[in-house]
Amino acid sequence: MLRIKNLESGYGRLKVLKKVSMHIGAGEIVTIIGANGAGKTSLLRTISGLIPARSGEILFDTKEIGRMPPEKIVFCGCSLVPEGRQVFAPMTVKENILLGAYPQYRRKRADQVRDDVERVFGLFPRLRERERQLAGTLSGGEQQMLAIARALMARPKLIMMDEPSMGLAPLIIKDIFSIVTRLRAEGNTVLLVEQNAKAALGIADRGYVLETGRIIMEGTAEELLSNREVQRAYLGRDLDAEGTM
Amino acid sequence: MYWEPDKECMDREELEQLQLERLQSTLNRVYAHVPFYRRKFDALGISPEDVGSLSDLSRLPFTTKEDVRGNYPYGLFAVPLREVVRIHASSGTTETSSVVGYTRNDIKMWSKLVARILVAGGVTKDDVVQVSFRYGLFTGGFGLHYGAERLGASVIPASSGNTARQIQIMKDFKTTALVSTPSYAMLVADTIREMGIPVSALSLKYGLFGGEPWSEKMRQEIQDALGIVATDNYGLSEVIGPGVSGECLERNGLHINEDHFLVEIIDPKTLQPVPPGQAGELVVTTLTKEAFPMVRYRTRDLTSLLPGDCPCGRTGRRMSRLAGRTDEMLIIRGMKVSPSKIASLLFEIEGSEPNYRIMIDRKGAMDEVTVLVEAAGEASYGQERRHVGTTVEMIRKRLTHELGVTVDVKMVEKKALQPIDGKAQRVVDNRKL
Repeated sequence: MLRIKNLESGYGRLKVLKKVSMHIGAGEIVTIIGANGAGKTSLLRTISGLIPARSGEILFDTKEIGRMPPEKIVFCGCSLVPEGRQVFAPMTVKENILLGAYPQYRRKRADQVRDDVERVFGLFPRLRERERQLAGTLSGGEQQMLAIARALMARPKLIMMDEPSMGLAPLIIKDIFSIVTRLRAEGNTVLLVEQNAKAALGIADRGYVLETGRIIMEGTAEELLSNREVQRAYLGRDLDAEGTM
Repeated sequence: MYWEPDKECMDREELEQLQLERLQSTLNRVYAHVPFYRRKFDALGISPEDVGSLSDLSRLPFTTKEDVRGNYPYGLFAVPLREVVRIHASSGTTETSSVVGYTRNDIKMWSKLVARILVAGGVTKDDVVQVSFRYGLFTGGFGLHYGAERLGASVIPASSGNTARQIQIMKDFKTTALVSTPSYAMLVADTIREMGIPVSALSLKYGLFGGEPWSEKMRQEIQDALGIVATDNYGLSEVIGPGVSGECLERNGLHINEDHFLVEIIDPKTLQPVPPGQAGELVVTTLTKEAFPMVRYRTRDLTSLLPGDCPCGRTGRRMSRLAGRTDEMLIIRGMKVSPSKIASLLFEIEGSEPNYRIMIDRKGAMDEVTVLVEAAGEASYGQERRHVGTTVEMIRKRLTHELGVTVDVKMVEKKALQPIDGKAQRVVDNRKL
């Protein structure tokens, strides 16, 4: 579904991504794990067109999207749930959701929007209860649900999520991740960027480890979970302590 | 039948994307963790970031057997030793052997690749697999053992030797698949004949053989004598061990596990890639190994990449069965023996100049090695017979110990080893493969 080769991008003179190659097959949950500053968010922002790719190719289905503006990329079916939710605080929950449907209006699919709203409300009953509430008054977990709901309204083929668990209580994180699994079960494809590597690998099919802008490992979630380097650096396991047991 | 159909029958374009991703991450890891590679890359002014396509691989330096030995024992490991759960070593008992390591993930991956090869050779989880490779530092025994277990077959770790007992086990335990070197399979066939056991008393169906080169004629003989389908498989410890490639039941070349190994065929003299389909030296880069990644390892094995698709449906390209080796390395009973190693050992042993000849014969199914050594002085055989006797015994013991292969030693008179056709004949290989 998504195929990236030798992607490089950055900010000003700073090169953040260095020859990143990766792919996501249809129906997969793929996760990118890495420390703070490894380039995870830059990667998603580059795929979304928010920062320009300096070189390399990004094939979405068979279309090269590397030079497209962000809105075109969304029309192609590739949506981002940005880091920190970025919901429109002074607007209601319903209005935020409807804004996400803009690509559907442009596709002359406005007739489907009503059903789509029903669908996301089905997925997030809490949002239906708060339909008329201002988004800014929602809890962090609810805002995250709203951000996902808004992205789903564009009917994306690929949904990219940037740190959906950030700042949320463990119970809410569980909810959010079970939604991600459910999205896959309904045929969606998900690219998940997470610092919470354990939770992300728990639901992902495959993953990549990003370190200072380079991919240093690729594998199934199971392989990455049993890699000791990953365990030490990203899962917080103290191997020396375990060794003495 | 496939073990991992989505991998073994992968679309070419998809495979090449995966290969590129894995090549780049392997290079990032070796550059960060193995000083040897970092030094070599830096010396050529190359960094992992310069590799943007599979063809850029040719810009990277080769790794040779000498490099592996030079980093004895752990210099090429890319992870700390505490992450290594298994250590193997290639033939040889001194620091001239190649020491290789595996993480837990490496062992899982290796088992999976061997399971693929077993399935390709006809084995299923319902088979009783007798592994008659030597168990030990050599990768053959444990490699096949773990793969067969992973597949779910019933594994008999028979190891090598005591052929009569192995045949008894084969008969009583109803072994359906034999895993060994082809020469051991020949020995089994001969011994069965001598013991007067009819093939019908055995339950054998498949044989998976590797570890040494063998001919189509030998395959025919083994298949006829044991009533089995015999397939060839290939691997080497510096790369992983068995599991690099293996034949399917079509028996038309060995499918390479290309999602884990990137292969090139080069001209061993010019070091340039040969035109497609031509024979040359096999060069392998590992794509997923954690503990002991290998970049452009020169295997010294001669093969070629075969054109066309295989009717079995696997998309992994096929390599032809080994056509020999680029160096003078001999493969004797599955063990690699270097004639120059014999020369240097002879040098060390008092009383003999290194004028020698290695004679290899195949008696029945087994390789027999005799090293002829010229006596040092003018003393003829009649004089100092006892002294000659002890020297011969000492050389025999030393060579057998150091090479890991039983050799016979005969002392001949000075100047007895005349050049043949003007060239010093160090090796006379009378085996008919």
